[in-house]
Parts: sequence; structure tokens; C-alpha cells
Amino acid sequence: MSAMVQQGTGMTSVDTARAELMPVQPESELQASARRARTRSIIWVWVGRAAVAVFVIGGWQLFTQLKWVDSFFYGQPTKIWDSLVTLFTEGTAFGSIWDQLWVTVQEALLGFLFGSIAGVIAGILLGSNRYLSNVFSPYIKILNSIPRIVLGSIFIVAFGLGIFPKILLAGVLVFFAVFFNAFQGVREVDQNLVANVRVLGASPFQVARHVTIPSAMTWIIASLHTAFGFAIIGALVAEVLGAQKGIGLIISQSQGRFDPNTVFACMAIMAVFTLGAEYLITLLERSVLKWRPPVRSEAQSI
Amino acid sequence: MTERSSTWVTTPPSARPWPLGVADDAARIDIIGLTKRFLTPKGEPFTAIQDVTLAVEPGQFCAIVGPTGCGKSTTLAQVSGLDKPSSGSVQVGGHIVDGITNGVSYMFQADALFPWKSVLQNVLVGPVLLGTPKKQAESLAKDWLRRVGLSGFEDRYPHQLSGGMRKRVALAAALINNPRILLMDEPFGALDVQTNAIMQTELLGLREELRPSVLFITHDLDEAVALSDRVVIMTSGPGTVKDIFDIDLPRPRGDVPTLRHEQRFIELQTQIWESLRDEVPRAYERTAGVAA
Ligand SMILES: Nc1ncnc2c1ncn2[C@@H]1O[C@H](COP(=O)(O)OP(=O)(O)OP(=O)(O)O)[C@@H](O)[C@H]1O
Ligand SMILES: [Mg+2]
Repeated sequence: MSAMVQQGTGMTSVDTARAELMPVQPESELQASARRARTRSIIWVWVGRAAVAVFVIGGWQLFTQLKWVDSFFYGQPTKIWDSLVTLFTEGTAFGSIWDQLWVTVQEALLGFLFGSIAGVIAGILLGSNRYLSNVFSPYIKILNSIPRIVLGSIFIVAFGLGIFPKILLAGVLVFFAVFFNAFQGVREVDQNLVANVRVLGASPFQVARHVTIPSAMTWIIASLHTAFGFAIIGALVAEVLGAQKGIGLIISQSQGRFDPNTVFACMAIMAVFTLGAEYLITLLERSVLKWRPPVRSEAQSI
Repeated sequence: MTERSSTWVTTPPSARPWPLGVADDAARIDIIGLTKRFLTPKGEPFTAIQDVTLAVEPGQFCAIVGPTGCGKSTTLAQVSGLDKPSSGSVQVGGHIVDGITNGVSYMFQADALFPWKSVLQNVLVGPVLLGTPKKQAESLAKDWLRRVGLSGFEDRYPHQLSGGMRKRVALAAALINNPRILLMDEPFGALDVQTNAIMQTELLGLREELRPSVLFITHDLDEAVALSDRVVIMTSGPGTVKDIFDIDLPRPRGDVPTLRHEQRFIELQTQIWESLRDEVPRAYERTAGVAA
């Protein structure tokens, strides 16, 4: 502390000499220039993103316009836009698009919720108990090797066309993604930390609360990103297999009518939703893992 | 286990189970014929320590020195109750250790701070696990951070601290529960000479206040002589106690760097070095032989 004060106020003769040779930038100016540099890099990232979109969508439009590829099979951006407008203004054969979207979103979110909760609990239990993990590991491997689309058919046959089988399929997909990460996260827990709280008299429950769960959290949160994608896939696939409502149903109907534009329009709708959810997960990640050292020193050093 | 629940859980944490600065008989450590064998990955038994017998009087500061791999950390783990002896026993305050020993704080050889907890929360863990109310634990933790010179760093995370500061946090976390017994496994081993000296002086002062019994592992003979009442030399192959030296330097000892130049200090240090000298290359050859 005292050393810092000294540096701030008194300068040695060498320092003064150097200061005269090289004008030292004041602190505020350093900060401002760092902020400018950051804004500039953000702008360039967005310019790059826009360029990619223009290139892909523009190329697609151009190719179909010039009839190099047939827009009947591959769709066309402007027609996709028209379908989007139709979907939102005139609705679908099964009711308004908002209804359909709400059904799919509900299925995906509930599947995500139950799947990840079950995955975290099972992962932590099996990860911290060697006996349980030895007993269950072959079964988990067997379950994991079943193709999910088959499971989807089974669920629809068993539970009908309502939203429950969709939640179930989304949940199963999410479960495995989260489970393996939670399991690994628990296995990687620093045994020193466990010993540390055990010496302080922690019960097994307290060990889990103070060490195992927070330390596996890094792994669990990382898996939530992919898991959310799986939840959407699960809900959509199950709807394509058989449903009375939902985006997946529109997709399978449009497929039957050889209408790729509506299929792409549905994909665009789901993409917007997924981006939003992804953003929320990133926010969660930031707040839960704020203790983590930044990957690169960009954040704190200028 | 039953013993710990009767003393720790039923007494309110505010009423300390033992008074500050007084070492009572409950702080006595008796290691009797302690042997620990491990199974190597090949399934063969490996004797890490054999027949270690050692007593630490209440309030005594006992240093253990010995060549690498001679079983110092293993001995400490048995005292803490984290590990079970293969034969022999450890008694703390006359009770055989079975399960986690009550009233023990352990500073590990490796960094054992919680990276996801702030400095304050790291120090807080001990009292919180004992059921101290949050407010009270917090003010206690702040007080301890002040004592180790880390006021103003409460909200930092461990990765934002220097190595020496991390050790000071670990020291505060170890002492906050007013342990009867303090186990320290090369706590200052990775620090530079100056910081090391500061930490040693700090530890001496804090120990005078709390008077726990201390088992202190170190590689540094100067450190061992400067801090302790008794230095235990261990040898390897398998680990046993070779020699015990009583350090009769008067207390309080004050500043560690000045102490180093005193006549008696140098005498003791030389004696201990003589005893240890043949062991170091022997232990090294032994581990080299295993690797080959
Ligand atoms: N879990 C274990 N399984 C097998 N062998 C072990 C285990 N823990 C320790 N050992 C062995 O026991 C011996 C003593 O280890 P220990 O960690 O107690 O040494 P140490 O005296 O603390 O050494 P250092 O000063 O280098 O820390 C070593 O030879 C080590 O290989
Ligand atoms: Mg060791």
C-alpha cells in the first residue's frame, strides 16, 4: 500500500526525466482509447456477420432467380419471406402461427427443464457414488445408444398426439447431454477441496452444496447450450412424427405439399427463438460463473 | 463420531468449546505405532509409514522434516481423520481418532481455496459449517482478514490474488475456528524468501494468541527451528521417526530473520542438518530406483 502511495506522489529523478522525454498518457485517456478500440472491434464483427448473411442469402436468391437451381425444390429467400408473412397474417390450417409456436416452445422449454434437472441430479448422484455409477453405467450406455427417433415413435404410440410425448422426447435428448457433463464435472472435483470441507466437519450434503455442485457447475452450464438445441430438435421431431399442433406439424404438412418455403420459414422462426434462449443461457452463465478468470486477459488489462 | 456431535453440534458456536489462548489436555496428540500401507496400481501393498510414534503436548509447536516422500503428508492425514491407519492409532485428547477429528484445522500442501467463493466467503466456510449465524460469521471473517492484512480484499476471487495473499487467506480460514489442533503441510513452501519470513512471523504471533497444538511440515530447516518447540526428523523407506530435537530457544521469539543469526539457533540447526544429511540422498535413490 505504502509503495503504491509513493509511486503516485513522489517521482524519482529517473522517472521525471523519462516523463519529459515521453509524454505519459493520463489514465482517463487510456481508458477512453481502450473503449474506442473495443467499440471498433464490435462494429467490425457486426459488419462481418452482415456480410456473411448478404453473401449466403443473396447468393441463394441469385442462383434461384437465374434458374441455376430450381426454386421449386430449394426455395427462394423472397418466397420464404412471403411465406413468413402469410404465416403471420393468415395463420395456418390449424390456427394462428402464435398458437403453433407457443405449443412447440412449451414442449421444448418443459423438456429442457425436466431433462436438465433430471440430468443434473442423476449426474451428481452417479458421479459422487461409485457403487451407483458401477451399477447403472451399462444401462445408461444402452439407453444412450437407442436412436432417439425410434424413442419418438414409441412415445407417440404410447402417449398419443398431445404435448406429453414431445416433452418426453425433448427431455430425453436434454437428459443425456446434461447427464454426461454433470457426471464428468463431479468426477473432476478437486479432492483437496473435498478434504478441506470434510476436515471442517461438513456432512455429505454440505460437501455437495459447498464443493461438488459449484465445481460441477462449469460443466453443467456448458452443456446447457447444446442441451437447448436438443430440446428444440426433440420437440420438432416428435411433432413431425405425429401431432395436432405445433411448428413441426406445419413443417410436415408443408413437406407433403412440396412447399419448401414454408419449411424454411418455420426454421427461421425457430432460429429466432433459439437465439433468444441462447442469449438467456449466456446471461445465466455469466452470472453463475462470474468467479472464473477471464479466458484471455482482455477484460481487465488494457 | 459420537464424540464430535456432543461437543460441536450441541454447544452454540458463539460459546467456544475451549477458551482462547489456553491449551488444555484435549489438544494433546499421541501417535502410537502408526503404520499406513497403500495399494499400488499393480495391487501390491506399499508401506508409506511404519511404526511412527510421536507425542505433541497441548499447545506445542511440532515441526516434521524429512526427505520427500517419507510420509509426512500421510501422517498428517491420519491425524486429521481423513484417512484410516492400517495399524496403530492416533489419539487426540485421549480419544482414538475415528472419522474426522473434531477441532482440527488443516492447511493443505496444495492450494485448497474455493475458486468460486470470494475471499470473504472462503474464510467464512469454517464458521458456516459449524452453524454460526451468517452475520456473526461475516464479522468474524472480516476480523480475521484484517489480522492477516487483507482488509479491502474481501470481494476478490482467489485467482485475483497473489500466491502470498492466497496463503494468508488459507491461514485466516484455518485459524478462524480457533482450532485445538492446527495441521500445516508445507504452508509457505511455494513463497519467496521475504514473504515467507513475513508469514512465519505472522504465524508465530497468531499462535501465541490461540495456542493450538501445531503439527507443521516443512522442507526448510531454518523455518522448523525458528517456529517450533520440537523438531521431528523422519526418514524414508518406509517412513519412521529418526530423531526428535527439543528447541529450547526462549519465547516469544519475535522476528524470524533476526533469530537466524543467534548462536543457539545455529547450533540447533547444524545438529538437525547432521541428522538429516544422510537421509536425503538415500530417499532420492529410493524413489529413483522405483521409477527405473
Ligand atoms: N494414495 C496413495 N496411494 C499410493 N501411494 C501413496 C498414496 N499417497 C501417498 N503415497 C506414497 O506414500 C509415500 C509418502 O507420501 P507423502 O505424500 O506422505 O510424502 P511426503 O513426505 O508428504 O512428501 P513431500 O515432502 O514430497 O510432500 C510416497 O512414497 C507416496 O508415493
Ligand atoms: Mg507432502
